[in-house]
Amino acid sequence: MTEPSLLSAAAQARPRASIRVDLKTIGEMVEPGSRVLDIGCGDGALLDWLSHEKNVDGRGIELSQAGVNACVAQGLSVIQGDADTDLKDYPTGAFDYAILSQTLQATWDPKTVLGHLVRIGKRAVVSFPNFGVWHVRLKLLVGGKMPVTDSLDQSWYETPNVHLCTIDDFVELCRVLDIEIEYAQVLDAAGRPKGLRAPGFFANLLGEQGLFVLKRAR
Amino acid sequence: MSATPRIAAVDMTAPDSPGQRFEIPADRPLKLDSGVEFGPVTVAYRTYGAPNADKSNAILVCHALTGDQFVADTHPVTGKPGWWEAIVGPGKILDTDRYWIICANVLGGCMGSTGPKSIDPATGQPYGLKFPVITIGDMVQAQARLLDHLGVGQLFCVIGGSMGGMQVLDWVSTYPERVFAAIPIATSYRHSAQNIAFHEVGRQAIMADPDWRGGDYLSAGTLPHRGLAVARMAAHVTYLSEQALHRKFGRRLQNRESLSYGFDADFQVESYLRHQGSTFVDRFDANSYLYITRAMDYFDLQAEHGGSLPAAFEGTKTRFCVVSFTSDWLFPTSESRTLVHALNAVAANVSFVEIVSDKGHDAFLLDEPDLHNTLQGFLNGCAERRGLRGK
Repeated sequence: MTEPSLLSAAAQARPRASIRVDLKTIGEMVEPGSRVLDIGCGDGALLDWLSHEKNVDGRGIELSQAGVNACVAQGLSVIQGDADTDLKDYPTGAFDYAILSQTLQATWDPKTVLGHLVRIGKRAVVSFPNFGVWHVRLKLLVGGKMPVTDSLDQSWYETPNVHLCTIDDFVELCRVLDIEIEYAQVLDAAGRPKGLRAPGFFANLLGEQGLFVLKRAR
Repeated sequence: MSATPRIAAVDMTAPDSPGQRFEIPADRPLKLDSGVEFGPVTVAYRTYGAPNADKSNAILVCHALTGDQFVADTHPVTGKPGWWEAIVGPGKILDTDRYWIICANVLGGCMGSTGPKSIDPATGQPYGLKFPVITIGDMVQAQARLLDHLGVGQLFCVIGGSMGGMQVLDWVSTYPERVFAAIPIATSYRHSAQNIAFHEVGRQAIMADPDWRGGDYLSAGTLPHRGLAVARMAAHVTYLSEQALHRKFGRRLQNRESLSYGFDADFQVESYLRHQGSTFVDRFDANSYLYITRAMDYFDLQAEHGGSLPAAFEGTKTRFCVVSFTSDWLFPTSESRTLVHALNAVAANVSFVEIVSDKGHDAFLLDEPDLHNTLQGFLNGCAERRGLRGK
């Protein structure tokens, strides 16, 4: 292992065990020693966890400059960029995994972004809030208002989520794009696996989030 | 080393002047981009800290247009502190207790490396305009010869701002296996039309000075100090920003209560620029200014690689940290972003940080905490992967 003295103060300050459960669930999908591009990497928590727990060669793209600065200051390879505009530059198959966590619904063109994910990564790991979960359906049906939940915690007029979808909608888009679903399951609001495989009627009804491992169909 | 703060008291071409020297012999000359074989060449340099056992801790600092090798000690001509003492020194970001820091005066410079004011062995007179036109690539070639001489195979890091950043990019492109990590700051992969235009203004100011004497002013015993000062004044404005100038000077008057209705330096900003110009001529050679600005103008990594910037970095294993500043209008963030996109296209390992600062292009030389945190984090991460031990 590396010597503690070589790690930056910022990296030392955050105990790795404290990684958010939804990020850890995603991290568990990644094979050790692989090359990973984390799109929308935030403060770099997942990249940092992957590099130290799974010896991953990780890169990140983050929209907020403050997030980028925090990542680079702890020794992570991160650039300021945007999933909608900056994925086209990367060569095909450059990474083993392209990860997009809780971001697809906030992109302007999810179809193109998804296409780039499975092009750049030999596999893509995608998670998103499921708009088909029963209590969201109920809020809209009974309350007649746009649902605000733990996973979708902002009102319609301030949410960055411009392209919300259900798990079944997502599966449909994968079929249109000829993308193979290698693995899929549903998560609870905190991002813990619910032990329910997707797709399926109950997955779409009970899952707060969907987590998919995808690859291009040969 | 000791240095006396007496202007022009030190002849940097003298063999016993401060710093170290390395000779590229005439029988193994530099092969310049212009096709000229050029030698002998002196490379004047400074080192700080010490090499480790396998010399894997070497960091090459590349200086900007008017910089020199005195990165972190008192300047022998001006008596001022080293130009990057903010980050180079014991316990600092470029920690001289941990790294072996090397900086060479560029080819064409005037602080001891061979340049237009050096004596041409063929004539016994200063080269003047007989000095060959040089490029950023030629400067890098001279540095590579110095590193061969010092026994450095792979540099741990090459770092530089502005023209120094151009050298960083040329290093990675020309000697990819010799650079573990690269930090190009406030720079570009090519000099823009606007930047060439500003350089041309400066060169024309020098050449319009009657004391320039067609470049032979040293033999004539004159100095084109007025032309060089004007060139520096114009260039200095491009290193700052509108906000920085306004914050520093506003429209405040210099040592007077009211306007003079004449052409004295009524405004503080005028007085400041005149001071910048007049102190510059004490330490810089006018012909060096012509040659080095030309080298920057000629720099275009994209054109050198058949119009494809990614081709300049194909297969690179170097770890990059690209840095720009929000108020830098000489080398704006958009140029760095184009560079980053080209590096993405070859799946290079790249970090890119745009620092919020209102200090303009010169921000890289100043005390910018975000810059320092970025450099510290990037270097620590690289040192960990390179297996360099801490103190």
